[in-house]
Amino acid sequence: MFPSDLTTILPELVLASYGLAALMWAVFSNTQKTGTALVWLTSIFLVGLSLWIGLATTGTKQAFGGAFVDDGFSRFAKVVIALSSAVVLLLSRDYLDRERILKFEFPILVVFAVLGMMIMVSAHGLMVLYMGIELQSLSLYVLAAFHRNHSKSTEAGLKYFVLGALSSGLLLYGASLTYGFSGTTLMSGISEAISDGETSVGLLFGLAFLIVGLAFKVSAAPFHMWAPDVYEGAPTPVTLFLATAPKVAAMILFARLLLEAFGPVADDWQLIVGGIAFVSMFLGSIAAIGQIDIKRLMAYSSIAHMGYALMGIASGTEKGFQAMLIYMVIYTIMNLGTFAFILSMRKGGRPVSDIYSLGMYSKQAPVQAFSLLLLMFSLAGIVPLIGFFAKLYVFLAVIEVGMYWLALGGAIASVIGAYYYLRLVYFMYFGEEGESLDDNMTRTSQITLVLSGVFVIVGVANLFGIIDISQAATGMLFN
Amino acid sequence: MIGLEHYLVVAAALFVTGVFGIFLNRKNVIIILMSIELILLAVNINLVSFSVYLQDLVGQVFAMFVLTVAAAEAAIGLAILVCFFRNRKSISVDDVSLLKG
Repeated sequence: MFPSDLTTILPELVLASYGLAALMWAVFSNTQKTGTALVWLTSIFLVGLSLWIGLATTGTKQAFGGAFVDDGFSRFAKVVIALSSAVVLLLSRDYLDRERILKFEFPILVVFAVLGMMIMVSAHGLMVLYMGIELQSLSLYVLAAFHRNHSKSTEAGLKYFVLGALSSGLLLYGASLTYGFSGTTLMSGISEAISDGETSVGLLFGLAFLIVGLAFKVSAAPFHMWAPDVYEGAPTPVTLFLATAPKVAAMILFARLLLEAFGPVADDWQLIVGGIAFVSMFLGSIAAIGQIDIKRLMAYSSIAHMGYALMGIASGTEKGFQAMLIYMVIYTIMNLGTFAFILSMRKGGRPVSDIYSLGMYSKQAPVQAFSLLLLMFSLAGIVPLIGFFAKLYVFLAVIEVGMYWLALGGAIASVIGAYYYLRLVYFMYFGEEGESLDDNMTRTSQITLVLSGVFVIVGVANLFGIIDISQAATGMLFN
Repeated sequence: MIGLEHYLVVAAALFVTGVFGIFLNRKNVIIILMSIELILLAVNINLVSFSVYLQDLVGQVFAMFVLTVAAAEAAIGLAILVCFFRNRKSISVDDVSLLKG
């Protein structure tokens, strides 16, 4: 039994060993070049790991008495997480170098955060779930405060830490109640306990606390208050990281917990999750309108996008979960492209983030401006682009189960949200020409920006086969 | 006779104290760290009392994990707080106010 457990968690073990070995190596050979070398090495390693996870393993395997599961759903998420983190590392290098914070700790903390996320998406028991979340969160708190001589960054780290720890506490309290009233920490056991007897009030309390804790982690309204401050204060590469992989991991965990542990009381959580999704979409769309800091704006944008993705979960059907997976992949790619641009926003060598500095960017760099225009249109969900199809899938999923109010709310919110995306485009093409941005975009950022711009058009054809893969992944979860 | 309910009530009281401690305290960030510990300890009391009540060891194992993570969390929290103090020369909650929308 024990050796087979170890083979099931082999990818995680390899990643953990890599992280520890890299840490040792970096500590003992600490030179100027160590940070750069580790960034490259780690991103190559993560790409290799995701290929291995994606191609080499099939089927569903459980380990440690059912507390850990390796199935298509988790593998899909792991590939997305590892690949997006690799891209984040490559994009970060130049920014960190200019700010003189390219220390070897950065890639290593990213590795441990990725390890935490991989454990989260494979968690099949409350204990593994908690350990995964904490490994990820503790790494992210440090990353948010990474620019440690910078007041804003340390303040972001402190705020993220306090609210993150509070949310972990709420989640844990829910986990303890769930354990007490169902008698087990395994998701399969909880679901059996629920379908055996009548659902007790204690168990529903546990469910409510777990939902609140996880809503904090995905920054869904009304538990979003940390997101704008942390996004604004953290160094931009960290903001990019926060906006992509951890969101995917938390969303997958959310879906798995609700379905596999609380599947029998779906009626109870569908309404709660639907409500959270509804509030997130509107709050994200309306509160972003007044923002002039582009990182803060992207925080509200991600709150709104989490609302749409949660709609897929609220439907509670296989189709809805598949829509959620597709949404998260598309969201991640669009954010990588947008942040590739934000990372290179500088004036006179200093990073800037106010949106007025975009004035007439189209004159200065037409190709980049056009790619950004496509990304903004896609984030807003305008018709021929891929962001529209992402939204369409979740709308169809909720309409199928008769939650028309949610689909209608989503449509209205996306119209409101289009305003601030289009405002950015307006500044780029018709804004006032002021002091222009530095022309210093790195090759990596240019490639990422243009490729994601191409993706949002060309991807419409067949979404690069994500549909089939995500269908297979969710199929394994539901059968 | 002291039963499960009594332990749960104590844990709930501790938990609520911790949550209020985070939101009502306007003085010092250290108090927030203490409140976080209170929340985690409330959870531990819950877990251990359920474990005894259910005659099931998993709850106590869980409590061990929570203790370990709580220690790591406090270490990281204090480390971030030290960095914050170096930049701002204060750990008052009212000074955590550079980032506002």
